[in-house]
Amino acid sequence: MRRLAYGVILSALVAAGVAQAQSVTLLNVSYDPTRELYRAYNAEFVKYWKDKTGEAVTVQQSHGGSGAQARAVIDGLKADVVTLALEGDINAIAEKTKKIPADWRSRLPNSSTPYTSTYVFLVRKGNPKNLKDWGDLVKPGVEVIVPNPKTSGGAQWAYLAAWGYADQLYKGDEAKVKEFVGALYRNVPVLDSGARGSTTTFVQRGLGDVLLSWENEAFLAINELGPDKFDIVVPPLSIKAEPPVALVAGNAQEKGTTKVAQAYLEYLYSPTAQKIIAKNYYRPSKPELADPEDLKRFPPVELLTIDDPVFGGWAKVTPKHFANGAIFDQIYKR
Amino acid sequence: MSDPALAAPRTWRSPTAEIRPVRALLIGIAAVFIGVFLVFPLVAVFIEALRNGVGAYFGALGDADTQHAIWLTLMVAAIAVPANLVFGIAAAWAISKYEFRGKAFLITLIDLPFSVSPVIAGLIYVIMFGSHGYFGPWLNDHNIQIIFAVPGIVLATIFVTFPFVARELIPLMDEQGTQEEEAAISLGASGWQTFRRVTLPNVKWALMYGVLLCNARAMGEFGAVAVVSGHIRGLTNTMPLHIEILYNDYQWVAAFTVASLLALLALVTLVVKSALEWRFGHELTGGPR
Amino acid sequence: MTTLAITPMARPWRQPSVIPGFGLTFGFAMVYLSLIVLIPIALLILRTTQLSWQEYWAIATSERVVAALRLSFGAAVIAAAVNTVFGTIIAWILVRYEFPGKRLLDAIVDLPFALPTAVAGITLTAIFAKNGWVGQFLEPLGIKVAYSALGVVIALIFIGLPFVVRTLQPVILELERETEEAAATLGASRPQTIFRIVLPTLVPAMLTGFVLALARGVGEYGSVVFIAGNLPYRTEIAPLLIVIRLTEFDYNGATAIATIMLAIAFVMFLTINLIQAWARRRFGYV
Repeated sequence: MRRLAYGVILSALVAAGVAQAQSVTLLNVSYDPTRELYRAYNAEFVKYWKDKTGEAVTVQQSHGGSGAQARAVIDGLKADVVTLALEGDINAIAEKTKKIPADWRSRLPNSSTPYTSTYVFLVRKGNPKNLKDWGDLVKPGVEVIVPNPKTSGGAQWAYLAAWGYADQLYKGDEAKVKEFVGALYRNVPVLDSGARGSTTTFVQRGLGDVLLSWENEAFLAINELGPDKFDIVVPPLSIKAEPPVALVAGNAQEKGTTKVAQAYLEYLYSPTAQKIIAKNYYRPSKPELADPEDLKRFPPVELLTIDDPVFGGWAKVTPKHFANGAIFDQIYKR
Repeated sequence: MSDPALAAPRTWRSPTAEIRPVRALLIGIAAVFIGVFLVFPLVAVFIEALRNGVGAYFGALGDADTQHAIWLTLMVAAIAVPANLVFGIAAAWAISKYEFRGKAFLITLIDLPFSVSPVIAGLIYVIMFGSHGYFGPWLNDHNIQIIFAVPGIVLATIFVTFPFVARELIPLMDEQGTQEEEAAISLGASGWQTFRRVTLPNVKWALMYGVLLCNARAMGEFGAVAVVSGHIRGLTNTMPLHIEILYNDYQWVAAFTVASLLALLALVTLVVKSALEWRFGHELTGGPR
Repeated sequence: MTTLAITPMARPWRQPSVIPGFGLTFGFAMVYLSLIVLIPIALLILRTTQLSWQEYWAIATSERVVAALRLSFGAAVIAAAVNTVFGTIIAWILVRYEFPGKRLLDAIVDLPFALPTAVAGITLTAIFAKNGWVGQFLEPLGIKVAYSALGVVIALIFIGLPFVVRTLQPVILELERETEEAAATLGASRPQTIFRIVLPTLVPAMLTGFVLALARGVGEYGSVVFIAGNLPYRTEIAPLLIVIRLTEFDYNGATAIATIMLAIAFVMFLTINLIQAWARRRFGYV
């Protein structure tokens, strides 16, 4: 009987293995709000690859909080490519598994960032609480919905945007900046684990006055749920969110998919892909290739970047703000 | 209306029954409590699923990823439930038909997965089979994938449904004692014959009861599977995980459609279970689960 | 294999029996138990030895972990207590009374066993959110259920109810009515009989149901993450904290919290078995 049970488990294992070997299959492990983007892009890439090489390729998707996804790859999820929300998450994979070369950022154009985005406010129709800028979010009685920066990569951009705003406001007085960001997060009634969870909370559950959201996510929510219910407010200052992509060379080599996986990432910079990117409300890294119509939807906004002196790059930001017991963890103490 | 308390004249009432208003109150409390906490959620699932009509309902079921999730869930249950069934029978036999020391401790160990958080159930397999786990490097060298693949999902499911069958059988077989089996043995029956002809007929309904609950939990497990699945659409997504994905894809109707399938499964489980109880109640002990 | 077990090898810890198959069944059960449950859990505990005692203690007593454990336990205790009260009433009416819809009520009690926790979490949130069926009536009263500690309690009430009802039903069924009749004959009023005679005999079963519901509630994840607000120190449950630690690549932190919860779970189940053993001596049944 014991053998039987093993036999069954083993055959399931083999069956799963066989299923994977049937055609060329890529696994793209991504973060939460890219679902629609990659659904569109994958269809386009499959066609492109078929035309170019005659090879049929299937792209499988896995979505989740950026950090959780990186953790899964570190623990052995066989991703061929990772398209995550944070450079730090890909660095962690590179460091812990050695499956991604340390210089991965220089392997693709534009520091391996085929698209960028920013953080905006999604408010209820007519903006009843008149929320225009970051400073309005800390007023008493304003409920802010934002995902948990500990589980959602995107939420770290939101946190940093608020930090950057306060840094300018208080001219770098860190104690006051901390206080400001703390006040903002104390106005948050729910910390969902991912960007999508927060959108659902705000939109579907009717909770909160403002949702801090990826720009693409805000557009999408309006699109999916009707422009008659929500407005997008673009604050004068925000952050340039750069979600990078990388080839997981170790896994791709093992599966013999290096060529197609590399092509998958490179094709993201093609005119076709850049158009798809703009259509899905991401800011393309090569705007000249996208439809001008789509670009018009992105309002001009002053953007901080992660390498600005106030942040000093991810290598400084992660330990200072998001590590266990760091600044973010101190906000909710007591 | 067989209860004499209701038929008798008003001046007399049974000494072992509450007065009518108290009864009505208690029944009312119970009905409201069950209504709010159990019936509401159940009804809500179906209302949400059918919000856009029957066409949308079946349309949602036609999606390839959804169908794969259903297939995967069925397959995982088809492995996990028989495995736990065999274990449950073996454990119940060893525990109920013999006297040995440490029995209570053994029962406690069997119960343990009940109170282990599903998240921890997932975590232990990550620690064992993950790339940085105890057996990870070896598995990697031999190109065997356990977590983030079907075997990991099966293992996590087996863990969380581990005690269901055993827990149903142990109290019943314990109560039935060993005389019948001893008689069969002394008449020359082999151990296997004794089990098949004597023990099994005595416990078959309890066994089925355990299998039903085990199955329902196996198909519905979320926390443990979420940790080891990897969430690959069309590959390692079970129904509960797929519900969450659809829910986050703004496909609320589709999410509740899949949820309604699991709710239907729950209802079928309850109906079959009640039918068993009603028909064979005397053969089932309602022991604590 | 089978003959081996019959030969009366004087194993000191087992009484001899003519029934064959002990070696096979016991052996199989132990191997399976070890492979699926014991070895993985042992390895989990072993993993914490990578931490020194000071480090382990620091994690166990860190404010965040303590707050999460307190919420998980506090909510589970409240939910289990609510379930014990209402579960006892439900079990009582299901056994003692006849009324229309009784069979339906009886069947639906098992729903939480069968309904997937994620589905339960999503629907409970939908119902108790401020625009939900029930939430819209509670909101004006200033009662916030979804995204608060109260939401956690609600989810755990849902999860734990059948444990109490199903533990009590058989015990109430076996209560001897003669005792109640005797009490009535001796002039006790019905409430006196209930509170002095009936309830005390039900206490062990109520305790067992309480601990079962509690044990299940402490570890619950799937339904709670949807309805809790997940705010650190306030509405963050211990299993979620494990997941967060995993996401931070902090395996030591995750395993440390996991082992604390395991130890507590084990103690709780040992408690149940002790309660049952005590009840068997005291009342002759469980």
